[in-house]
Amino acid sequence: MSRPMVTYKPSDEVDFVIIGSGAAGGVLAKELSTKGFRVVVLEQGEYLREKDFTHDETKIFVQSLLTNKVNTHPVTFRKSPDETARKQQAVLYGSCVGGSSVHFTANFWRFHEIDFKERSKTGDIPGANFADWPISYADLEPYYTKVEWEIGVSGLAGASPFDPPRSKPYPMPPLPVKGNGVVFERACRKLGYHPYPAPMAILSQPRAGRAACMNCGFCLGFGCEVGAKSTSLSSVIPMAEKTGRCEIRPNCYVHRIETDKKGRAIGAVYFDAQRNTLLQRAKAVILSANGAETPRLLLLSASNQFPAGLANSSGYVGKNLMPNSSALALAVFDEPLNDYKGPAVSRIMHDFYELDPKLGLYGGGGLDARFDFTPISFALNGLPADAPRWGAGFKQALAHNFARTLEIFCHGTSLPVESNSFSLDPDVKDAWGLPALRMTFRDHPNDLKMMEWMQARALEILEVAGAKSKWGLPVQEQQFAVHLLGTCRMGNDPKTSVINADHRTHDVKNLFLCDGSSLVTSGRGQPTMTIQALAYRAADCITALAKRGEISA
Amino acid sequence: MNSFDFARRNFLQLLGSTASAAWLSANWPALVSAAEHAHQAAKSDHPALEVFTTDQAREVEALATCIIPSDATAGAREAGVVYFIDRALKTFFSEALPVYQKGLEAAQKTTADLFPGVSRFSAATEEQKQKIFAYLADESEGPQSGARRLAPGASPDFFQTLRVHTIFGFLVDPEGGGNRDFAGWKAIGRDPSHSFSPPFGFYDKDYPGWQPVSGETEKK
Repeated sequence: MSRPMVTYKPSDEVDFVIIGSGAAGGVLAKELSTKGFRVVVLEQGEYLREKDFTHDETKIFVQSLLTNKVNTHPVTFRKSPDETARKQQAVLYGSCVGGSSVHFTANFWRFHEIDFKERSKTGDIPGANFADWPISYADLEPYYTKVEWEIGVSGLAGASPFDPPRSKPYPMPPLPVKGNGVVFERACRKLGYHPYPAPMAILSQPRAGRAACMNCGFCLGFGCEVGAKSTSLSSVIPMAEKTGRCEIRPNCYVHRIETDKKGRAIGAVYFDAQRNTLLQRAKAVILSANGAETPRLLLLSASNQFPAGLANSSGYVGKNLMPNSSALALAVFDEPLNDYKGPAVSRIMHDFYELDPKLGLYGGGGLDARFDFTPISFALNGLPADAPRWGAGFKQALAHNFARTLEIFCHGTSLPVESNSFSLDPDVKDAWGLPALRMTFRDHPNDLKMMEWMQARALEILEVAGAKSKWGLPVQEQQFAVHLLGTCRMGNDPKTSVINADHRTHDVKNLFLCDGSSLVTSGRGQPTMTIQALAYRAADCITALAKRGEISA
Repeated sequence: MNSFDFARRNFLQLLGSTASAAWLSANWPALVSAAEHAHQAAKSDHPALEVFTTDQAREVEALATCIIPSDATAGAREAGVVYFIDRALKTFFSEALPVYQKGLEAAQKTTADLFPGVSRFSAATEEQKQKIFAYLADESEGPQSGARRLAPGASPDFFQTLRVHTIFGFLVDPEGGGNRDFAGWKAIGRDPSHSFSPPFGFYDKDYPGWQPVSGETEKK
């Protein structure tokens, strides 16, 4: 891959400095540089390329090659605000150019119309801080289509009767069905459900100079060595660099947004790889650092002018964390599925997207059939609880089950709860002496109840599918978040939101936020496509503001 | 971000909730070089031991073989697990070294207590090894954990640590310094090929292709 075609000095006042090169940051970099703006993207992690990716699980899972390193960036966790948080890897996010899009599974569901207006339809939910979006599905639809065609999504339009309206079909056919998809599809149909080919951000055909998926099976957690996974790294970042106006600058740990006396952002302060402190000047600042680090950065940017943190007059920065709820059912079949081959998922089902209120549950979810174990993770956690832990019986169980096991993953809503949050830990510091990220989280009781209901449906499907044995993993309170949503929510009211519908912070005119933190509701478990659609839309909004002179004025 | 999707399942949970896994995640800087080191060593026809003495390696290998025995297919011994562990303890698993030192002492004491006259674990008969190892495992995992400990002072983490490390050494991509010649993958039925074409298995080989169900488009 070519080197960056342009470099800027930190003292150069570029048009935009974007913090983070992930799902949102990559899209914004491409869009804004294509529109003629000068852009610097500051990325905390390294600039790894396809040649650097590996299937070595010690590097991926133990050494965190692609993800946040908790020894230098510690995270603390507590269940409620009255507890003292303790160190724990409670958050996982991408830390390399491309961000979390590099290691994700690549499920690419659109949100549905209901996700944007559920508060109006449902009314208040006790214990939840529930709101409608200031935009609708119709506002976002053109951008969903743009994601599918520009990033590269495989799928089959019209296959699900529950899908929201779309203006264009998918650009590529679905990926090959797997054994898990076949048995899931057959069982779901027997039960009257509507399974369909999973939309995935993985190329089923060569496209735009990128190779099609070779079905190696190492998607979840791993970078794609052939660029078939539609990450920011493989899709939009090369387009941004090709403009000659965008510099991707890796190994830059941004820890403060600097403001002037007028309360305007003047740039981003960061540590480079040698721990020098530098200020990248820009006419406007865009935070796409993810739903954990974006609010942390705003809180770290507190000043006399902004004592509660930058853009935090509402007090909502970091609040309302929604990690999505989840539950899992596993099963063993008589014959080999060999589901370790190919992307994890090939069939999904959205019959439960909007649950009947008579069930006494709020929200809904989706189910997919998958196999996302690696050989090591399967040996550690893929066998039933009563399987032998060592010896000939253990080995026999591995040998029999590895090729015959599938999972049904239940994905669902997380209700926003104000005390569920990211904040600055008062005691624990990172390797640079800055306050560590602190997560406070306890699932809304509805979310746990819904996951138990969903898991029971998954076990019914497995029974009808003819599974030889099946079991569910206990539905428990979550202490680990990957979907980092809602922590700087969008809204029209500056008292109850951090950004407006243009992604501009209510408090700072030339400061924009766009990533998982922008979401108002959590959808049903697959947020990345919505984050990218928001990024495309945000780029249009920001460009319009810039052209009208409303950013620098 | 879909997942673990990954989501959402903790990587560390996937790796097992052992103290060693948590420790590992906190020691990344030494790890890349360690993996490279292990990889280079594993490529050698005669890998050298750097942490274990020959006697210790023999005992660790015998214990690891109790977790994944050799039978019709390769076990921990043939996959070179002890060399993976040795290099890991030299580098990114180095803080687990005391666990091994205490664990090996405990194995020795348990062997002597249960079978006086047997000089060391590796010298026991297969039947004896099974009994000794069952004691070690029960001390770590049994409901009465600790209540009938034969070797007071032994680290209760030894079985867990050894189990996780053995699984890593048996099933890691060979680039990571274990799973010699893909012995572990072959033993669990994983084709070591790097790319695949459908059909992948039994259930999809006769799949006729996705077909819409008539009359369902109005379901919404």
